[in-house]
Amino acid sequence: MATEILMPALSPTMEEGTLAKWLKKEGDEVKAGDIIAEIETDKATMEFEAVDEGILGKILVTEGTEGVKVNAPIAVLIEEGESADDIQASASAGSDDADSDGDDKGGHPNDTGQTTTRAESAPAASKSEPAAATADRSPDWPEDTKMKTMTVREALREAMEEEMDRDETVFLMGEEVGEYQGAYKISQGLLDKFGPRRVVDTPISEMGFTGIGTGAALAGLRPIVEFMTFNFAMQALDQIINSAAKTLYMSGGQMGCPIVFRGPNGAAARVAAQHSQDYTAWYAAIPGLKVVMPFTAADAKGLLKSAIRDPNPVIFLENEILYGRSFEVPDMDDFTIPFGKARVARSGSDVTIVSFGIGMTHALDAAEKLAEEGIEAEVIDLRTLRPIDYATVIESVQKTNRCVTVEEGFPVGSIGNHLSAHIMENAFDWLDAPVINCTGKDVPMPYAANLEKHALITVPEIVEAVKKVTYK
Amino acid sequence: MVRKPAASKPAPSNTSKDELLKYYRDMLLIRRFEEKAGQLYGMGQIGGFCHLYIGQEAVVTGLEACAKEGDKRITSYRDHGHMLACGMDPRGVMAELTGREGGYSKGKGGSMHMFSREKHFYGGHGIVAAQVPLGAGLAFADKYLGNDNVTFTYFGDGAANQGQVYETYNMAELWELPVIFVIENNQYAMGTSVKRSTKSNSLFGRGEAFGIPGEQVDGMDVLAVKAAGEKAVAHCRAGKGPYILEIMTYRYRGHSMSDPAKYRTREEVQKMRDERDAIEHVRELLLQGKHATEDELKSVDKEIKEIVNDAAEFAKDSPEPALDELWTDIYAEDLPQGSAQEHA
Repeated sequence: MATEILMPALSPTMEEGTLAKWLKKEGDEVKAGDIIAEIETDKATMEFEAVDEGILGKILVTEGTEGVKVNAPIAVLIEEGESADDIQASASAGSDDADSDGDDKGGHPNDTGQTTTRAESAPAASKSEPAAATADRSPDWPEDTKMKTMTVREALREAMEEEMDRDETVFLMGEEVGEYQGAYKISQGLLDKFGPRRVVDTPISEMGFTGIGTGAALAGLRPIVEFMTFNFAMQALDQIINSAAKTLYMSGGQMGCPIVFRGPNGAAARVAAQHSQDYTAWYAAIPGLKVVMPFTAADAKGLLKSAIRDPNPVIFLENEILYGRSFEVPDMDDFTIPFGKARVARSGSDVTIVSFGIGMTHALDAAEKLAEEGIEAEVIDLRTLRPIDYATVIESVQKTNRCVTVEEGFPVGSIGNHLSAHIMENAFDWLDAPVINCTGKDVPMPYAANLEKHALITVPEIVEAVKKVTYK
Repeated sequence: MVRKPAASKPAPSNTSKDELLKYYRDMLLIRRFEEKAGQLYGMGQIGGFCHLYIGQEAVVTGLEACAKEGDKRITSYRDHGHMLACGMDPRGVMAELTGREGGYSKGKGGSMHMFSREKHFYGGHGIVAAQVPLGAGLAFADKYLGNDNVTFTYFGDGAANQGQVYETYNMAELWELPVIFVIENNQYAMGTSVKRSTKSNSLFGRGEAFGIPGEQVDGMDVLAVKAAGEKAVAHCRAGKGPYILEIMTYRYRGHSMSDPAKYRTREEVQKMRDERDAIEHVRELLLQGKHATEDELKSVDKEIKEIVNDAAEFAKDSPEPALDELWTDIYAEDLPQGSAQEHA
């Protein structure tokens, strides 16, 4: 039976090409793998191999023809004994492409076209987060709970210890987490308690151990990968994003990756540009990741425990300056904080200040200063940046009609930018002033003490921004 | 067809007829499947990148013959052969290539990103060498859990020049992970030959610096691959840590579908096809040893052709994924809410 040879697609972007040269002529025998023609694509001149065997019965497109559409018949292959005369009829009947709408030779009739049409009609409405949810204002722990004072450092260590006690598949790996007891002492005592099988000191190989941790998670363990600082995680970014965050989707839901990447993030003190960067907005941009940045010790503990139990990759951003700060933490057997639930750290009616992580220190200080001047700020701690609790922010803005965001990261593409856009889309009519984003400055972190201070977000800047939106 | 003496050695006496027939069948399935994939690509049914395994079939076939249930495998984007060799359904693989609902990733992964929990196939990875630490991580999990599974971590001669491979070698040997690093040396990283990328005499030899044993293997001889695989697997299962197999192989087709083939001669490719083809090798062993007749082999060919045609039909008929699939599988099911709710 005669078979049509179709113009092949020879690159991902090719829609048409030039039939540069025929290397076989009519009547020639063709074996699978023989080069029958040279075709110029948008990228290069390519050799076109036959996939079937037979005799080249008729050439339909002469050499030198430009703009030959992919899938257009270019020749007919016949079997021995077949006549080249009745080619046209039998070729059409024998066309492999029976599901396309007829033999529209010039067209591009099959699935490529369909895909485009369907993609265009994809409902943009199916956004991942419903905008109209109501805020969850339930308390994080029962009201009569006994409290204890502890530092953020102790809270983090306790969270890991409790989860390692609870689940044998949880283990900690990273540089200096074991014998050194943690570069910032977060893992102090864990090696003694759990041994080297579950507290694994790694060589200085961020990309390697991040990939090993991710592989272990794909296989069902629950690794906690500590980065000495998130600045070093840039060496491992491909594994975090391409391997950990995307595999569930790429596998059609088969391969979950329950892993926590944690460590200090953002500026510490006087360590200059390469060691002082806030990555919140970077990671928050990636679907497939969850992103957490606690401020208080209670949140550090409750959120880290949730992160370890979460079946997804979680970026857990700590802060070196906060490690030693003490807070009240509920004294409970099993205390967790859910993701996507912001905390209203201070109530107020004149302006909403939204922040997270160490930004909360500045936001709360600014709120105190503003109170002295009679401006009552509501301060919201987002706690998680993916998912974001939009509802709490929107409800607050609907009450105060003004909003200032505070974060330490760079200004371009910041969390504040994203929130401003969300507020504009969802609460535009409630706004009495533009939202102002207070961020770190658009400069690499300088070393000199005075310059460093000005590169970071400052309390006077927040106070000034609030006065601007309240027209005071 | 003239064959090199090395390839026409008789099969070792411990190789059974059934075993040879299985290798023939498995390798032929990969080749015919890939030829069909190339054809569908040419017809615009498969899009994007598509890297064919034609020529390298003996590598996965020989190594899968050494695997037991529970062993894991992970590879790069030239992954169709690995999936077929570990028993994944040709229909599901082909339907993923066409981006359809019936594909292993529901059409969301494509040629380079397919997985199977059931067959312990961990992908399908599109970033050169990223699968190497991931593979060591799979082995880390098995060692942690105290079982005797091993992980076959495949990568190419191109990936062998990525830094993360050596970070992984170091940790794999340090922690004695049960991982077999399989370097499929097909001699070209896209269009750059091994000679033009390194002055190392061998790629497996680089493991020596980390204390990892290894060897070079004739990858056009499935029996040689199997013999080397058994040695590597025994080493790993015995808890002695990783092993490197540098398997010398050859891809007949371009790097991907859009390969202008200017970096090697047509004659070089043809010579490999004529003299060292892995499938022809087993075919000759079967015929010379009187294990099978021409007719019997023809019926195998026919059966394989039917499987592949069926896979192609399935892949064309399977519907495109529903549009709401765009929004699924981004996160695994969510946590129960926090403790306040639990106590309420």
